[in-house]
Amino acid sequence: MSQTLALPRALELPGGGRLPRLGAVDAVALEGRAADLAKRSIKRESKLFALELAIRMIDLTTLEGADTPGKVRALSVKAIRPDPGDAAVPPVAAVCVYPTLVGVARRTVAGSGVKVASVATAFPSGQSAREVKLADVRSAVEAGADEVDMVIDRGAFLSGRIAQVYDEIVAVKEACGDAHLKVILETGELGTYDAVRRASLVAIAGGADFIKTSTGKVSPAATLPVTLCMLEVIRDVHDETGLVVGMKPAGGIRTAKQAIQYLCLLHETLGVDWLTPDRFRLGASSLLNDLLLQLRKQRTGIYRSPDEFTVD
Amino acid sequence: MGAVEKPRTGVAAPSAWEYASAPESREIVAFEKRYGLFIGGDHVSPRSRSWFTTLSPSTEEPLAEVAQGGPKDVALAVDAAREAFRTWSRRKPSERAKVLFRIARVLQERARELAVAESLDGGKPIKESRDVDLPLAAAHFFYYAGWADKLEYAFPGRRPRPLGVAAQIVPWNFPLLMLSWKIAPALACGNTVVLKPAETTPLTALLFADVCRQAEVPPGVVNVVTGDGATGAHLVRERGIDKVAFTGSTEVGKAIQRELAGRDVSLTLELGGKAANVVFEDCALDQAVEGIVNGIYFNQGHVCCAGSRLLVQESIHDQLVRKLKRRMATLRVGDPLDKNTDVGAINSSAQLERISELVQSGVDEGAELYQPPCRLPEKGWWFAPAVFTNVAQSHRIAREEIFGPVLSVLTFRTPDEAVEKANNTMYGLSAGVWTEKGSRILWMADRLRSGVVWGNTFNRFDPSSPFGGYKESGFGREGGRHGLEAYLRFE
Amino acid sequence: MSTRLPVRKTYKLYIGGSFPRSESGRTLELEGHNVARASRKDARDAVVAARKAVAPWSGATAYNRGQVLYRLAETMETRTDALAAVSSGRREVARAIDRVVWYAGWADKLAQVLGSSNPVAGPYFNFTIPEPTGVVAVIAADEPPLDALVSRVVPALVGGNAVVAVASEAHPLAAIELAEAIATSDVPPGVVNVLTGLRTELAPVLAAHMDVNAIDVTGADGDAATLESLAAENVKRVVRAKEDRSPWEIAAFMELKTVWHPIGR
Repeated sequence: MSQTLALPRALELPGGGRLPRLGAVDAVALEGRAADLAKRSIKRESKLFALELAIRMIDLTTLEGADTPGKVRALSVKAIRPDPGDAAVPPVAAVCVYPTLVGVARRTVAGSGVKVASVATAFPSGQSAREVKLADVRSAVEAGADEVDMVIDRGAFLSGRIAQVYDEIVAVKEACGDAHLKVILETGELGTYDAVRRASLVAIAGGADFIKTSTGKVSPAATLPVTLCMLEVIRDVHDETGLVVGMKPAGGIRTAKQAIQYLCLLHETLGVDWLTPDRFRLGASSLLNDLLLQLRKQRTGIYRSPDEFTVD
Repeated sequence: MGAVEKPRTGVAAPSAWEYASAPESREIVAFEKRYGLFIGGDHVSPRSRSWFTTLSPSTEEPLAEVAQGGPKDVALAVDAAREAFRTWSRRKPSERAKVLFRIARVLQERARELAVAESLDGGKPIKESRDVDLPLAAAHFFYYAGWADKLEYAFPGRRPRPLGVAAQIVPWNFPLLMLSWKIAPALACGNTVVLKPAETTPLTALLFADVCRQAEVPPGVVNVVTGDGATGAHLVRERGIDKVAFTGSTEVGKAIQRELAGRDVSLTLELGGKAANVVFEDCALDQAVEGIVNGIYFNQGHVCCAGSRLLVQESIHDQLVRKLKRRMATLRVGDPLDKNTDVGAINSSAQLERISELVQSGVDEGAELYQPPCRLPEKGWWFAPAVFTNVAQSHRIAREEIFGPVLSVLTFRTPDEAVEKANNTMYGLSAGVWTEKGSRILWMADRLRSGVVWGNTFNRFDPSSPFGGYKESGFGREGGRHGLEAYLRFE
Repeated sequence: MSTRLPVRKTYKLYIGGSFPRSESGRTLELEGHNVARASRKDARDAVVAARKAVAPWSGATAYNRGQVLYRLAETMETRTDALAAVSSGRREVARAIDRVVWYAGWADKLAQVLGSSNPVAGPYFNFTIPEPTGVVAVIAADEPPLDALVSRVVPALVGGNAVVAVASEAHPLAAIELAEAIATSDVPPGVVNVLTGLRTELAPVLAAHMDVNAIDVTGADGDAATLESLAAENVKRVVRAKEDRSPWEIAAFMELKTVWHPIGR
């Protein structure tokens, strides 16, 4: 009675292996479990570890119509050295920008280890012709992006054209070359956790290195339950095939407390091996300063002021 | 395209992420060194002149001395309840309601203090006493407060009247919550009560006496007589009672039923269980695993309605068991006051012995035991969560109530077989059904001989939802409109 | 030492959790005070606020609604003196408060008394549940000043409805004092809205309003027939008090939904 995924017949998973069963997701139980995990109380050494890890997992993001080279330069400098008052605070994982600003970002972070991620495929809506979307990807890759964050075609997905969604991901993955591919599902538009599970499997089948919740332009963006749902898919894929796929919740994560909740979720669902920026990123902008503030508070025992940290 | 994993530069994952302990502060609760009996609104020394110590099962440290109520003490308590009944039963029902609303409010106000006391005295994780026991206890008083002045709407065509003095005996697994399940409806219906808390968990009942003081419950309406099983027996034998409400083991329940034979005393029993948690192949798998885990490891398995038998459809047995074992390994067993603890201490050394004996029988009878590696504390009574596979219906671990964190896994092939196996027990308290097919949940619910059926969930309780068993799991219902019946007579 | 001049209260409307003046800027001198004279636009705004409040209020658990209403009784209790001063006195206030407590206790019991599981002749699970009708307009009677309003508003609230009440012209102060108790309790903004002013100006507007689901005409006196006629335009439920207190007074503001589902392997 298990359902097969509606994919083209000649489907192969990267590295071989059978896709796990589509199955169903009980929303009430899923949300209950996420809420339970959010109640974990993380103190002292484990909190210091979590805060520092969260900083290293951030994709520091600016995706505004008003972005300029100046804005991106400032963001990139912050990405390399988040806390000018404390050299021990590590750099973030990546900066995330529009393709036209990849060059600026690249030049600023050169040599620091911070990656440059670019959105592409007519972000955020994905409502453009295939060729335009692929050209978008190529422009980002040529400008030097290490990572590409694409959006799936929700119009196709929601009207049942799953094969089209899959084909597009495969094509984008090819256009990425050596760049890593994150596939944004835009979970806030998909309507149910069952759909999120299906979209996750399609993305992974298409070659995603990471699956990502949101563009950040639609509400709700990342939530603990939807993240749990996607982590469970990743776990099933890993169990069935050995494939490692990363995950990135993006949008709506503003406080250190929330970031730690996401890490608890990750830890208790996928285990300690996934506690690395190679497998988990946090898509955020204002989160960074709250992490810095909480880190300093943990180290000094005194509540801090936001004024102590630079805006960029 | 990508192989299994592309090598990346970056920081390697740590070997472990230990959560540092996050203890709830004990300072919020201050126990007396010694508690007398709560009779007629006063704390009195026992006529029996006998005392015993209550321990914290997670550390074996003594918490307080409590009285061992003897026959004279029980008689005094019943007299006090009878005396108070004269005025309480005649009081305007909406005024009785207000007293109960006040109790609910005080429970909410003192929730943290009572939760800590509950975890210390009984061993359950603070996460549960704080998030489940206390809120539900307050909710029960809130719910039944609302019925006190509306009884004429609850039973069309009948005129409800209180019974009189209710003797109530509660167990050690949810001490304060079971107290609420008993006292709230009893008082709402105009009765007065003598409550005997379990021997190993008297403290929250004694603190409840103070809640009654704050709520201005009239003296004698609520009486608390502490003691062991003998005290309970004295109470049941007392001639001045009109009702017995008992939650505990089936064995003692039968003894009470025998004792009350031929006497004009109303009886309700909530006894043991051996619930089947039935999982079909089309379930939401990860959520079913959560439900199974909650079903048997919540409250260390000290739950009458625990899902202690997992009946899994054979086609998904292996996959489910793999997921289950992996999930069990993330359960944190330890200090009940640590906010991250999932599984607390076993309530007593006696209970630990019972669990160990039955687990040994499982091994001896040929089932396969798995327990995740667990660092258990030195002092106190602990049992690592356990699961048996290759269990047959005839094994003791599949038939007898273990009342501990031990799950037995059996298989079935078809819905009919699932029903047959689920019903194949002298118990009939609860059952779980996991499937994404709505009609099947209803079909199973129709056929399962249990008082509670949980569909795609488990261990859900609400004051408005009637709870109670079929067969040897007892009779009578607690909660809901139906829960009022136990405390009324009808002219 | 001269006697202290008291700071006099300004009596405004209660809409969406705030106390605005009438958008028309008009007032009426009633009970010795300038009381806001609500306009049809205020009535319109109140309905908008009520509609917005329906989803979260009806979506709250019944237990939560019961607790919120009990807390309203708490805030009314502490305002006993203020309420007594603008009504017939402490006895009436006590009765009104006890009425709130009585109805609060119904929230989590309604489904058990008004609903049912129905034994249909076929393999179907069939159940009937009561649901709130939505936005309810209440035309308050004149007497008693406080309890008349409470006795119609609270039964509507218990089941999850949001209310737009037209206060009595004889006793608007009691209505606004009640609104202040509501505003300081946990009743969410917009769940109760109170309009003071001329009944003849306001009642017909609400009776004809296409986004109002029910209208209680207990206090409408001779105008009831006109209001009933206007109500027909969107088949509004027209409600009148029948008993002093009863779950059937709550039921009058509820719809009933029956659900079927097959029972099968």
